[in-house]
Amino acid sequence: MNKDILIKFNNVTFAYTSYEDEEESVNTPVLTDFSLEIPRGQFIAVLGHNGSGKSTAAKMMNALLVPQSGSVTVDGIPTSDESRIIDIRRKVGMVFQNPDNQLVATIVEDDVAFGPENLGVPPEEIRVRVDNALKAVGMYEFKDREPHKLSGGQKQRVAIAGIITMQTDCIVMDEPTAMLDPRGRKEVMDTIKMLCDELGITVVLITHYMDEAVKADRVVVMNDGKICLDGAPREVFSNVELIKSLGLDVPQATELAYRLNKAGFDIDFNVLDEEECAGAIFSLLEVK
Amino acid sequence: MIKDITIGQYFLGNSFLHRMDARMKIILTFALIIAIFVCKSIPSLLLMVAITVFLVAVSSVPFKMVLKSIKPIAIIVVFTGILNLFYVTGGKTLFEWSFIHITTKGIFTAVFMAVRIICLVVISSLLTYTTTPTMLTDAIERLLSPLKVFKIPVHTLAMMMTLALRFIPTLIEEIDRISNAQKARGADLDSGGLIEKVKALIPIIVPLFVSSIRRAYELADAMDCRCYVGGDGRTRMKQMKLKGSDFVSLLVTAVLIAGLILLNHYFTKVI
Repeated sequence: MNKDILIKFNNVTFAYTSYEDEEESVNTPVLTDFSLEIPRGQFIAVLGHNGSGKSTAAKMMNALLVPQSGSVTVDGIPTSDESRIIDIRRKVGMVFQNPDNQLVATIVEDDVAFGPENLGVPPEEIRVRVDNALKAVGMYEFKDREPHKLSGGQKQRVAIAGIITMQTDCIVMDEPTAMLDPRGRKEVMDTIKMLCDELGITVVLITHYMDEAVKADRVVVMNDGKICLDGAPREVFSNVELIKSLGLDVPQATELAYRLNKAGFDIDFNVLDEEECAGAIFSLLEVK
Repeated sequence: MIKDITIGQYFLGNSFLHRMDARMKIILTFALIIAIFVCKSIPSLLLMVAITVFLVAVSSVPFKMVLKSIKPIAIIVVFTGILNLFYVTGGKTLFEWSFIHITTKGIFTAVFMAVRIICLVVISSLLTYTTTPTMLTDAIERLLSPLKVFKIPVHTLAMMMTLALRFIPTLIEEIDRISNAQKARGADLDSGGLIEKVKALIPIIVPLFVSSIRRAYELADAMDCRCYVGGDGRTRMKQMKLKGSDFVSLLVTAVLIAGLILLNHYFTKVI
């Protein structure tokens, strides 16, 4: 097991004291005594209902927010060290929910070049990085287009390409598929899979969709600023009752098997996707 | 429909105007605009018209689009023409009736002004037809960069322009969405007099501001994440290099402007 820890939360406490997004109101504690270790190369999904602190935790991973007590370190650098903030953001990039609010340029390729331009990368190398990143996310043929003429999924892939060009070790995604249609969601999920499998980038995916979380190496379920469940998807989603009591769903395949089980059938409900579920039902029918 | 709008009025093409360095294009456009107002004799004005026609012809911008750029100023052209016709006096009087005097100089001035305004608009719209907004803001940033000496934040201004251009279509979509939402709630946006109509805009403008401010915060976070710290230490993917052809254009323009001045000098000035 790779024990190289990239991001480490150490007993972090955080409360919002002013305006922020609609999830949190005035003086609300968001994270209490929160600890989490993210090893390099892992694809980790963070689940939790609104206000569970998952977005706050995400923003702490690249020093957009710093903990009020405790510490967050990225590759050993504490995020509270203002002088090294650029070093941290070179290691951890972030993709937000609304694709419209994170694209800065009027041409796709100029936007993708924005990050490395800020880092002072030589022009010829930016060109190479931009072309590679756009090819990686499958948006190369759109490089001269205007972002507002793209679909949501395409815009989000451009945003991801904009982080890839910065060659960060980790990409944190805060509900990147929440505003997309099913097709866009699939495009983005395929891209995310490609990031970890082919580019070896650590991915932290914050999501509402259980079917997306299933694809991760590890699932963390948050509730009221604390971690409730942490483990491989199969392990986590076997706690169907606990997950439901937190106001979350389990993947649809798990749900079906679980209900069959409750209805008295002898079926293992520890299944994650359609295929496994079909297999379980098949063996159930065969026994009969 | 709204999704189809193009920012600015760039027309995709590959003419030599499209390929010309944007900085050079801006400078030459300004030079020509000044030259327009130097023309005071008939041959010099004709040369100016010829230059304009030539530029339109080689720009590969359809003639229809050029006409479209003149349309909104047609009324101004007519108005200045008429004004000059009646108010400029001098030369031979051709027609006189009570307070109306029409003189040769008046006619010349009217025609000159009309032609000048049309040339001005055509030449400056050729600039925006053949240059993308990104190239324009880039070029403006670089042309103004000497002003940094006077502590003018040139990069910040250029960044603001870029972001403004980037968010125009986004905000148009937003306005569309908000006005539909308000209509669905029974807001009446279309009837009533001017004052009622302006008042009816309030339920659109207030949410628009709120959402824009929220967008601004998110955009700032996103830019922070991408290590934006202002203009210092930034590089550019697209380098601007002056090519040989740009200098040829500069030379040709200089010769033409010299020609205009000479034509002015050797022929009678009619205005």
